[in-house]
Amino acid sequence: MSGMLGNIHSIETFGTVDGPGVRFVVFMQGCPMRCAYCHNPDTWKPGEGCKTSVAQIVDEFERNRAFYRNGGITVTGGEPLLQPQFVGELFAAMHEAPGGRVHTCLDSSGFGWLPGKPERFEKLLGECDLVLLDVKHAHADAHKRLTGCDLAPVLAFGGELARRNIPAVIRHVAVPGITDSEEECEALGRLIAPWRNVVGLEVLPYHTMGVEKYAELGIEYPLAETPAMNKARIPALRQSILRGMKAGRAQLAR
Amino acid sequence: MQQTHEMHGMGTQAGAWDGFAGGIWQNEVDVRDFIQRNYTPYEGDESFLVGPTQRTTDLWNDVLSLLEEERKRGGALDMDTDVVTGITSHGAGYIDAAHPERETIVGLQTDAPLKRALHVNGGIRIAVQACDQHGYKVDPQIVDTYTNHRKTHNAGVFDVYTPEMRACRSAHIITGLPDGYGRGRIIGDYRRVALYGVDFLIRDKERQKASTPNVMTEENIRDREELSEQIRALKQLIELGRIYGFEISRPAVNTQEAIQWIYLAYLAATKEQNGAAMSMGRTTTFVDIYAERDLARGTFTEEQIQEFVDHFIMKLRMIKFARTPEYQELFSGDPQWVTESIGGMGVDGRTLVTKTAYRYLHTLENMGTSPEPNLTVLWSTHLPRAFKEFCARTSIATSSIQYENDDLMRVYHGDDYAIACCVSSMRIGKEMQFFGARANLAKCLLYALNGGVDEITKKQVGPKYRPVEGDTLDFDDVMGKYLDMMQWLAGVYVNSLNIIHYMHDKYCYEAMQMALHDAHVHRWFATGIAGLSVVADSLSAIKYAKVHPVRDEDGVIVDFEIEGDFPKYGNDDDRVDLIARDVVHRFMGFIRMNDTYRNSVPTTSVLTITSNVVYGKKTGSTPDGRKRGEAFAPGANPMHHRDSHGAIASLASVSKLPFRDAQDGISNTFSIVPGALGKDDQVFFGELDLDGVDWANDVSFENAVCGACCDDPSAPDGAIDGDR
Repeated sequence: MSGMLGNIHSIETFGTVDGPGVRFVVFMQGCPMRCAYCHNPDTWKPGEGCKTSVAQIVDEFERNRAFYRNGGITVTGGEPLLQPQFVGELFAAMHEAPGGRVHTCLDSSGFGWLPGKPERFEKLLGECDLVLLDVKHAHADAHKRLTGCDLAPVLAFGGELARRNIPAVIRHVAVPGITDSEEECEALGRLIAPWRNVVGLEVLPYHTMGVEKYAELGIEYPLAETPAMNKARIPALRQSILRGMKAGRAQLAR
Repeated sequence: MQQTHEMHGMGTQAGAWDGFAGGIWQNEVDVRDFIQRNYTPYEGDESFLVGPTQRTTDLWNDVLSLLEEERKRGGALDMDTDVVTGITSHGAGYIDAAHPERETIVGLQTDAPLKRALHVNGGIRIAVQACDQHGYKVDPQIVDTYTNHRKTHNAGVFDVYTPEMRACRSAHIITGLPDGYGRGRIIGDYRRVALYGVDFLIRDKERQKASTPNVMTEENIRDREELSEQIRALKQLIELGRIYGFEISRPAVNTQEAIQWIYLAYLAATKEQNGAAMSMGRTTTFVDIYAERDLARGTFTEEQIQEFVDHFIMKLRMIKFARTPEYQELFSGDPQWVTESIGGMGVDGRTLVTKTAYRYLHTLENMGTSPEPNLTVLWSTHLPRAFKEFCARTSIATSSIQYENDDLMRVYHGDDYAIACCVSSMRIGKEMQFFGARANLAKCLLYALNGGVDEITKKQVGPKYRPVEGDTLDFDDVMGKYLDMMQWLAGVYVNSLNIIHYMHDKYCYEAMQMALHDAHVHRWFATGIAGLSVVADSLSAIKYAKVHPVRDEDGVIVDFEIEGDFPKYGNDDDRVDLIARDVVHRFMGFIRMNDTYRNSVPTTSVLTITSNVVYGKKTGSTPDGRKRGEAFAPGANPMHHRDSHGAIASLASVSKLPFRDAQDGISNTFSIVPGALGKDDQVFFGELDLDGVDWANDVSFENAVCGACCDDPSAPDGAIDGDR
């Protein structure tokens, strides 16, 4: 199966922010979401990108394996769940890599998970050591406005991870005026409270580094008027989510 | 035994050496043997370190004011114009002349802090220019003496340069030659002065002189003359000690003296020479032996020892030379390269990290960050974990530590080498280097295309070989022509350097530094390469895309049109990376075909860390799409924005360059914003109990994978080493 091809946008050999340690990061091509703040709009269209085999990626990883000793491989995008079989094969291959088992991490928005076709995701979820699950907004209507997609499949995917007890880190991008209220963060905490597999929580400050790409692609930037997030507020927002989680858990215990 | 002791002056050493484990080092100059028998590896953390004393903070504030004043005055606080510098040319100088007792380590290059000395042996015109740029006038009598009565290095070189060499020099296909400034890159083993005292070293040099053959060939004449100069420098070094009230004819008896003796020897070197890199060596493990003894004996406390180290480093931060504007343009400012190599591993597997390694690095906390001295950690995957973490923390806090690959260099140089300048490794006291600037290989490629005609001046600088013809460049044709042109360039280059080093030895000899070397010194003949990534990408473009030359009205190719894409160096892509490797290997082969001065061993470097901008300015458009005047990438770096796979792929490309052909060093400079180096925010819950009653706001964060993957021993250590 190492000959299986995936549609790859690009590879970053020195990833330090998407999962623990130094990571080999594979950006998959294609994404169903259209998040207003997306900083990788060039990964949206599914048809583009470069056909790459599992074996090629394993080989590229192995060339510089020493750097990833305390890290591993992260597959992000785009939305990796759009190519679940390829990612599954890739993760399986990384676990059986010639130089030894490699820690695998999926960075996903959760949208793309098809509850009706679990067999397509079986290998991926079976070979995944950690998921970075990005929950964009706690409220369904606002989620739809922000991303163009429904919240329900995201929560369904989170529930599936919890059911399988796959370690997950919940990520939330704080955008001024959109996802930076205490109320929304607490609500997010309550949403994820039932998931016992959650091992971490990361609130990412919205930045404006994606703007240039929009200009290059000739797409209008939806958040042109929105400033970058004040990083000083991040710890407090993280506390809000934790508060929500705690309240949710207390409620569940009752 | 008694006899041996008398012969080698053991009697006078006895007190100083009390408590040290004996060995060969007692009978002959062998600092490494002393270190190996006596040092205490330290695997603990930094908790023993102490902050600066009030005295240190006050003194450093005084120095900061002086440095501020220097900046206000346009870069030089004061300059000597009527005293030619030498080891004993000045009386004692202090930061605070009214209270010399504030400094626990003393000595300045002149009689006042930051006052720049007048170095003339490299070239009087250069000395005059350096003063001119700051509004100072050199004493006309000195100018007359060094113009009409006493020849300089610079005058000697220009007496011999051929017209071809001059043409290459002004066309900048060979640039930065040390024909008008001190070549530097020589590290005296300053530790010898502390361990043995100068008398012992003089006796050693006298024995060496007595054992030269009596047949007076040019070589033997030169050896005897140089040994005499070395002995004279050592005697002056004793004088310099006395000027500051020390008797350094005898060995140092404690930590303060050991540091002071080392510093005086280094200071003497800087009084005699203004080399392009005046590096310190590798002193922490040595000094630590004294510190451990003093702590055990109760001679000094940790506070006192840290204060000595702080004051020593403070002095090294004040080392300055008078430079010309051209020099500053070439080196992007006024660097001294007071490089001190720290840590590393011993060949026996013990780490050479000691508490004093921590103390040196701790000066960055105690006195704030500083580019000088260039504190360089010799990094090994086997270094103690606590030290690695301390280095990482100090780097994050200060951005002031340089790292070099000990696992790679130890193979070639053993475990008592140091770095001169930024990357040139040499065994201390046993190897020295003839510094050799750089050949511009990107311009050389353009010469190959244009048949030796300079693309900017249109002059015939290189040999009149057949230029390329037609509308599309053919890889095999270009490569053949390029190899021919490289061979020519290597010849002119090496022979220019032969002249330079001959004259430097003759008119500007580093007597003090060479006095602190063995009799039989291994000499490296350093050369250098500029524009490697431009060449690699250009050849890749010619091979994998279509490159059409654009000729001007004189038929000279001045630009290129590129059709299609091509692999670019810096993405871990063998198609182009192996071209870069081949170019280095082939050029080094051409260098080796030439005779080198004093049978020195040729090597090369790919490390233009600062002068890549200047080289680019003087080079026309290249087939990779780089336009005329655009900067080269520094050192062995990929060209800007051409590496699209991130840092590790970029480093992997660089690591394919053959270290055995570029032993003088390969550099890859890259900056990274702290945020991109990982999360300092909280991510993982760790011990946080979300179900419990109380939970703290501070949760632990660990940015590493736990469990099986982390402990996987299958990943080979040191796999990034370049010498594959």
